[in-house]
Amino acid sequence: MYIKELSQLPGVSGDESRVRNFIKEKLVQWGIKNQTDSMGNLYAFKEGRGKGEDSGIMLTAHMDEVGLMVSSIEKSGHLRFYKVGGIYEHTLVSKPVKIGHRDVRGVIGAKAIHLQKKDERKKALEVDKLYIDIGAKNREDAEKAIKIGDYVSFDSEASTIENLVKGKAFDNRAGCAALLEILQKDYPFSFTVVFTVQEEVGSRGARAAAHRVNPRIALVLETTGAMDIPGVKEQNGSVAIGGGPAFTLMDDSFMAHPQILDRLVSIAGQEKIPYQFRRYTGSFTDAGAVALAHSGAAVGVISTPCRYIHTPVSLLSLEDWNHLVNIIDLFIRSVSEKGI
Amino acid sequence: MSDNKYDLHKLLKELTEKGGASGYEESIAKIIADAFAPYIDEQRTDNLGNLIFLKKGNGTGGPKVLLCAHMDEIGLMITKIEENGFLRFTSLGGFDPRTLPGQEVVIRGREPLEGIIGIKPPHLFENDEKGKGAEMEDLFIDTGLPETTVRREIKVGTVAIIKRTLLTLLNDCITGKALDDRAGVAVLWFCARELANLKHQADIYLVATIQEEVGTRGALVSAFGVSPDIGIAVDVCHGDFPGAQEYEVSPLGKGPVITWGPNIHPQLAERLTETAKENHLPHQKDVSPGPTGTDARAIQVSLGGIPTGLLSIPLRYMHTSVELVNLEDIKVAGKLLAFFLTGLRGDFVEGLSCI
Repeated sequence: MYIKELSQLPGVSGDESRVRNFIKEKLVQWGIKNQTDSMGNLYAFKEGRGKGEDSGIMLTAHMDEVGLMVSSIEKSGHLRFYKVGGIYEHTLVSKPVKIGHRDVRGVIGAKAIHLQKKDERKKALEVDKLYIDIGAKNREDAEKAIKIGDYVSFDSEASTIENLVKGKAFDNRAGCAALLEILQKDYPFSFTVVFTVQEEVGSRGARAAAHRVNPRIALVLETTGAMDIPGVKEQNGSVAIGGGPAFTLMDDSFMAHPQILDRLVSIAGQEKIPYQFRRYTGSFTDAGAVALAHSGAAVGVISTPCRYIHTPVSLLSLEDWNHLVNIIDLFIRSVSEKGI
Repeated sequence: MSDNKYDLHKLLKELTEKGGASGYEESIAKIIADAFAPYIDEQRTDNLGNLIFLKKGNGTGGPKVLLCAHMDEIGLMITKIEENGFLRFTSLGGFDPRTLPGQEVVIRGREPLEGIIGIKPPHLFENDEKGKGAEMEDLFIDTGLPETTVRREIKVGTVAIIKRTLLTLLNDCITGKALDDRAGVAVLWFCARELANLKHQADIYLVATIQEEVGTRGALVSAFGVSPDIGIAVDVCHGDFPGAQEYEVSPLGKGPVITWGPNIHPQLAERLTETAKENHLPHQKDVSPGPTGTDARAIQVSLGGIPTGLLSIPLRYMHTSVELVNLEDIKVAGKLLAFFLTGLRGDFVEGLSCI
């Protein structure tokens, strides 16, 4: 189970190399044929027993996480930044970060409460007013340690609380970790697994990957925001942690293929695996890019519910994740045997 | 006299990573007692919980000096356990609630428990919530544990602190939580270590005070208890940051800050400044037009009035969990105090009443 290890690696969209290298190492170790493309997508070709027939199935999970990018260096040595992907701005302040491939440490500070005027305190902190402090004396000093364009990721440690894990970037290292579980199993048929790049900035890696693989059927593994928290109205509930993996009906990028959805539901029903539907229909995933590549593919999305995605520290249930692995395993066996 | 157990960085790592919210300082007091032990002659804890060390002067009849730094930090207190085990909380001391979403916390339940401070995600904000800063009532702590476990381990009144590892940045800068005012405690420690090799007439009381963040309460009673001739508070002041007005901040790495104003005895500020100059120690000046927001506020009006000084370490992002200071400023402050104390005679103290 590689969730914790994978989540600790910095891998902001466009800078997925450390995640890719980690996964690649495993693939080589397990003797699985693999290749990369110019964008950085990593393809694993899982061969079935006795060179089993290709099932036309593609499984994907994105390697990238939301983060920041250094946009400029102030004279004072403080770093200004852009957001990379849909990071939740209100969680940026008062957090440590890692910058660039040398993991330079920095913090996102905020004006002390003592120095704020009353009406200032009532407003949200604006992201374009924030900066990273690395302790540099001035711009020249900062330039010795970092450069404009360096990627910035959160710096939080992964840990386990009973059957939950806590840490950064579970969206979507949990999906990557699930695919690594699947790749270690034995199947009588062949299929392709793709670890994609740049999902958080518009499913860009998946577009190229789907073109190359041209699958008939694809399942996109994701991590979706759980809304079982105070302050969220019942009708906005989406999914809850501990309720089992979530099946997407639709999102802003695609409609789940009805037969794939039916098959997922029937497998979960037969095997008495808990599941839920993702009741929130906004946002996008790699599924949109995959479903519309070439002459189209039948696509479904299955997610691990996770509280506080796109923030420095999120929380998911390992039971949900184990169920997710289990359903995917049964799903690809079923589809390769009976089709959809 | 062995001091190999701690160095300045190691001491600050322990002091900042452990929790000691206002009113709940015992575990920090233990570390402080351990670290100061090689350098002091006596130690006691007063009724309220202030930790008081005495380093005796050489000979008799020397003045009595109190040096203090507060050991408490701002914290959180659980006010309600909600359905599904989510916790509501209030603050002990002045948190900016906007710095709390996405923070990890350690809750002092029967066993220490970890949690995350949550808030609903921005895509669910109502129109009137957009652009509004988070308030304490919008926030909750999520332990991920079932409600029954939460109710067994945590009660209303249980205290929590932010979880944060001390990090080293460039140029001797360190960042973490509770450097306000464990940095001050470290100054006292560094001073005591310097004094081990120096002679001084004064009886020196080094005090780690409690409950500063809720109203300088520890300083009030410890100044009374010690009844010193002079009191000097060591605290932090606002460091420079982008967008700050020059007059409200002091740059980091340029030495400790000597404060002047009605809260401060001018001859003490003068003497500290002269001492810094004589010893070629970098130092800065700040003025405060009324009672300062430090222990100096309480000390000055204790008993029949105590001549009070204030020495501060510039610190960025005060009351966040990424407070940032320069280690060199702490060392210089410790040395400055040690030199000040070795040069201190009874006649100077007597002169302080002739104002």
